[in-house]
Amino acid sequence: MSQTRAAPRSTVPLAADIAVRTRDVSKHYGTVEALRNLSLDFPRGQLTSLLGPSGCGKTTLLKIIAGLIPATSGQIEVSGKTVTGPGPDRAFVFQDFALLPWASVLRNVAFGLELRGVARSEREAIAEKYIRDVGLAGFETSYPHQLSGGMRQRVGLARALSVNAEVLLMDEPFSAVDEQTRRKFQEDLLALVANENKTFIFVTHSIEEAVYVSDQIAILLPRPSRVSEVIRPTGIRDKGADNIRRDPEYLDIVDRIWASLRSYVE
Amino acid sequence: MPSRSFLLKMLSLAIVFGAWEIAGRVPVSYAFPTFLESMRALALLAIDGTLFTAYAETLRPLALGVLISAILGIALGLWIGLSARFDWLFSPIFVVMQSAPLAALIPLLVMAYGIGLTSKVFVVCIMAMPVIVLNTASAVRNTPSSLTEMARSFLGSRLDVILKVIIPAASPVIFSGLRLGISAGFIGAILSELKITPTGVGDIITYSRSIADYASMYAAIFSIILLAVLFLNLLEKLELHLFRGNNRGYVTD
Ligand SMILES: Nc1ncnc2c1ncn2[C@@H]1O[C@H](COP(=O)(O)OP(=O)(O)O)[C@@H](O)[C@H]1O
Ligand SMILES: [Mg+2]
Repeated sequence: MSQTRAAPRSTVPLAADIAVRTRDVSKHYGTVEALRNLSLDFPRGQLTSLLGPSGCGKTTLLKIIAGLIPATSGQIEVSGKTVTGPGPDRAFVFQDFALLPWASVLRNVAFGLELRGVARSEREAIAEKYIRDVGLAGFETSYPHQLSGGMRQRVGLARALSVNAEVLLMDEPFSAVDEQTRRKFQEDLLALVANENKTFIFVTHSIEEAVYVSDQIAILLPRPSRVSEVIRPTGIRDKGADNIRRDPEYLDIVDRIWASLRSYVE
Repeated sequence: MPSRSFLLKMLSLAIVFGAWEIAGRVPVSYAFPTFLESMRALALLAIDGTLFTAYAETLRPLALGVLISAILGIALGLWIGLSARFDWLFSPIFVVMQSAPLAALIPLLVMAYGIGLTSKVFVVCIMAMPVIVLNTASAVRNTPSSLTEMARSFLGSRLDVILKVIIPAASPVIFSGLRLGISAGFIGAILSELKITPTGVGDIITYSRSIADYASMYAAIFSIILLAVLFLNLLEKLELHLFRGNNRGYVTD
């Protein structure tokens, strides 16, 4: 896979190119106010990170976009359509992988298609393709407990890719894997964003990770959570995966984000 | 070559039976026969057919009661586990049932349903059902929420989520409830034969005690334990066959 982007996407996109739009989204859990009037646009074909300290409502926002939990008020639109529940246009990658422990890698990857009623031979053929794509060929009949954390998350990723949704929702997908694997994943993610024409919404609490992989970074502040700043690390996007971490602009942005977040960390 | 665990099982059996034989020879009590005497009595009961006519009688309420408890118990447990309202309504009933002194309830059952099959089936159900219901309900409630969320996010219907996620995830605990329930059902079946009307294996026990044929009495008790153990092993095989991946543990780390 090519490590550079097909084309630099440095300009702020037109309104029509917004894949996901949240408008004044608020969420209360009983008396806990997790989100307040959060409005944010996610440009089509790009990766937007939600960055913020833990407990600031990143998972909540992602689950609301996924249609898994309702917002207390406000609206979510995916390609102009208001979200009322889970839909075929969105696929989720879970922080804890959420694999069925009793099912093989093949069945796990095909599970999204199975739930959509795709016939067995067809869904297994599709699943096999994505198992190869994420580098797990040969592990089709293994069970999740036989895999490392990194491999399990590849299964989760393959499952999300195989349903061919426009929007990929990733909740700290690399937080449970070791540092080396994590770096490899970040490079693979850059390639994935470049090659698949999908919109990625990526939750992370790592500043470096956000700056490394994102076209747009939304910094969320706790609670009630709102977007404090949107940063577009445009200059470093076409530098190539190997050079980004040495780029002065990359380091600048990391510093700038840290400066605005540090007051919220006890 | 027999497996190591099989050899260990045989060894532990040999120790138990050896201790029984020694205790019988000492003797611990004049009413306690040796292992070999009991086995001879068991062979005699089998040869003259008494044992088989007895089991034909005993197995009827047992099989019926266990079957009803398993089907109704799992269904109720699923229902209670899936709905907070039914939990509130039904859970206490089964908690009370589980701790109720059965011997005290039997006269009431006999008054209501007579001394026939119905009362005996009830006793088996009262013994077997609570643990099946309560285990099933708690297993359902403890399904990892990330798995049900995953299924919903990939457009699983409520039925999909129940059939493809909740039930497989709950099955180890449901099966352990079934095992406990069935053991309790065996106790219930014998208890009902001792307390309601002496029939089947309960009749062998009552009768041989009354004529001081303790070897036959222990033979009958031994046979029912043997049957229970065999049946539970069979159930375990079925479980392994049905849910092959479940003994592989959860993947959450
Ligand atoms: N189901 C829930 N019930 C009550 N409070 C919740 C629930 N889920 C999350 N919260 C609260 O909402 C806030 C945001 O949580 P979350 O979205 O998980 O944060 P993040 O993913 O950024 O760490 C936290 O304070 C958390 O305690
Ligand atoms: Mg979170």
